[in-house]
Amino acid sequence: MLERILINGLVQGGIYALLAIGFSLIFGVARMINLAHTSFYMLASYGIYTLTRYLGIPAIPAAAISLVLTTFIGLATYKLFIDRVREHHVTVMLITMAVAFVYQEVILMIFQGHYLAAPPFVSGFAQILGVRVSFQHLLTFGVVILVLVGVWALLSKTRLGIAIRAVAQDSEVANLMGINVSRILLITMSIAAGLSAVAGAVIAPTLVLEPYMWTHPLVMIMAIVVLGGLGSVKGSFIGAFVFGFVEVSVVFLAPELAFLKGAFALVVMVVILLFRPEGLFGIAFEEERL
Amino acid sequence: MLRRLLKDFQGDIIAVPGRLLALIFFIMLLLVPLVTNEPYILRTLIFANIFAIFAVSWDLLSGYTGQVNFGHALFFGVAAYTSALLNLKMGMPPWATIPIGALAAVVAGVVVCLPALRLRGPYLSLVTLAFPLILLGIIFTFTGFTGGEFGVSGLSRVSNSRVTDFYISFGVMLVSVMIMWKLTDAKSALVRTGIIFHAIREDEITARASGINTIRYKLLAFAVGGFFAGIAGAFHAHFMRIAGPSNLDLFLSFQAIIWTVFGGITSIYGPVVGVYIMYPLMEFLRVVPEIRMLIFAGIVVIILLFMPEGIAVFIRDKMEQTCPRCKLSNVWWRKTCRACGANLR
Repeated sequence: MLERILINGLVQGGIYALLAIGFSLIFGVARMINLAHTSFYMLASYGIYTLTRYLGIPAIPAAAISLVLTTFIGLATYKLFIDRVREHHVTVMLITMAVAFVYQEVILMIFQGHYLAAPPFVSGFAQILGVRVSFQHLLTFGVVILVLVGVWALLSKTRLGIAIRAVAQDSEVANLMGINVSRILLITMSIAAGLSAVAGAVIAPTLVLEPYMWTHPLVMIMAIVVLGGLGSVKGSFIGAFVFGFVEVSVVFLAPELAFLKGAFALVVMVVILLFRPEGLFGIAFEEERL
Repeated sequence: MLRRLLKDFQGDIIAVPGRLLALIFFIMLLLVPLVTNEPYILRTLIFANIFAIFAVSWDLLSGYTGQVNFGHALFFGVAAYTSALLNLKMGMPPWATIPIGALAAVVAGVVVCLPALRLRGPYLSLVTLAFPLILLGIIFTFTGFTGGEFGVSGLSRVSNSRVTDFYISFGVMLVSVMIMWKLTDAKSALVRTGIIFHAIREDEITARASGINTIRYKLLAFAVGGFFAGIAGAFHAHFMRIAGPSNLDLFLSFQAIIWTVFGGITSIYGPVVGVYIMYPLMEFLRVVPEIRMLIFAGIVVIILLFMPEGIAVFIRDKMEQTCPRCKLSNVWWRKTCRACGANLR
């Protein structure tokens, strides 16, 4: 039991980490709460399903194509809808939620709300600590670690990463230092959408696809990001694994409380916002608080 | 006395096209049951009345006081479930359960207000978004008491005929909207709440520095907003004869915001106009159920991008002009102000 919790928790936490880091990045850089974030995750999953089922493309190239397409959709969403209202927090929340509903409805129109399953990248399983772990789960975990290391390297080692962090700290001063802020926002948005798409692509074969699959991860990553501190990438990473383990333990140890797992995460979020609004590693936001 | 009222009526209502339009609209609405007895039309109008209260209460809380609430359905749902359970389990009649449901929503409003005392902007929106989802999780866990996915059904009716239902909902709507309009009227000489709500939205620290106990007024805004949203929720439960999880749905909160933004935020009449246009439109679109939600979301995006001030405000600005000297509204074709004779152009 404990081993199963450990392994499933790692996989679940990794997926949440991918989603939460993108969400946190775009909040930190642009101060936007993008409620359409997890809909890219859904779009990527459905992309894989369509490409493998209807076009007969093998799973791994299909994942790559779907990743590129979803990132492009994310960029188009940003350019068309979010960019011109990005100064107004509430309008951004409203419009991203409307966009998420649009995607949900389009998926519902095309795929009719059936429960679907995408084919796995690799079949078979391995024995770890006496638990059967499918290669798909191992692959998921490997991709997650690889991508997370990549994001960390990008943010801390490259000129682009420094520019992104500078915009996150103070976009006006960054602008004065010759950083093209709107381009950085565009790049950050595509990184965020791309991370969300990666999460969707690698987890798709182990999930049931349905048009409402974006809501539960959205609730979870909001709680995760608040726990870790809004805008802090390290905090989101740790928060994601905390919530991944908590969720998996609840599902394994007390299945009758499974409906409460989202509610529990949200209670944690509210409590943290009330008593330690900057989260575990958050950026202080004095001017945004009373 | 009567003559003065008549004169006021001529000066303040007939002369301003926006108010005249509103008057004509409400009189026409009152006469609808005489023209048609079609249950479908009456039902749509009853729910439009109820949702008008709901949207206006969101406007009072979020548009005027600036506490942007993304979980307004919490108040609606709490009141709906409270009155439904009281009605079914305790056998209380609707005239008792509706006020108690609304009071339960006030309690919910005060609870939500506690984080609002510490948080602002997107943080407050995130927290308010969470509350109805938490309650939904609880409802789905304790299915024995709450009915889970299917809700609580079989409530007693408010009255025996649809026409009476319509007039009751219409009367409740008029009284509630009137009260909220008076509470948020910044020019009012009777209550100060209007101007204080505006002050809290514009700059809370300055409002505090001016000696306003902002905590008290935020509590008041949440309590009043919760109360009227609760009235709407309790009536909705009794007219539908069911209280279900859809009353707490994220989508319902979202709709309240959209109706208000569509009609015109921070203008009590805006949400009313928004509901009476959008709600029947959405009902009508049930003929094409597949793309109904898509059209709704599309309308939302278009309004937010191109008409952020709202349709009612947009039309009013086309029809009326404000006198630069005495700030009185005038019809668009006048060249001089009707009161002070100042040149309008």
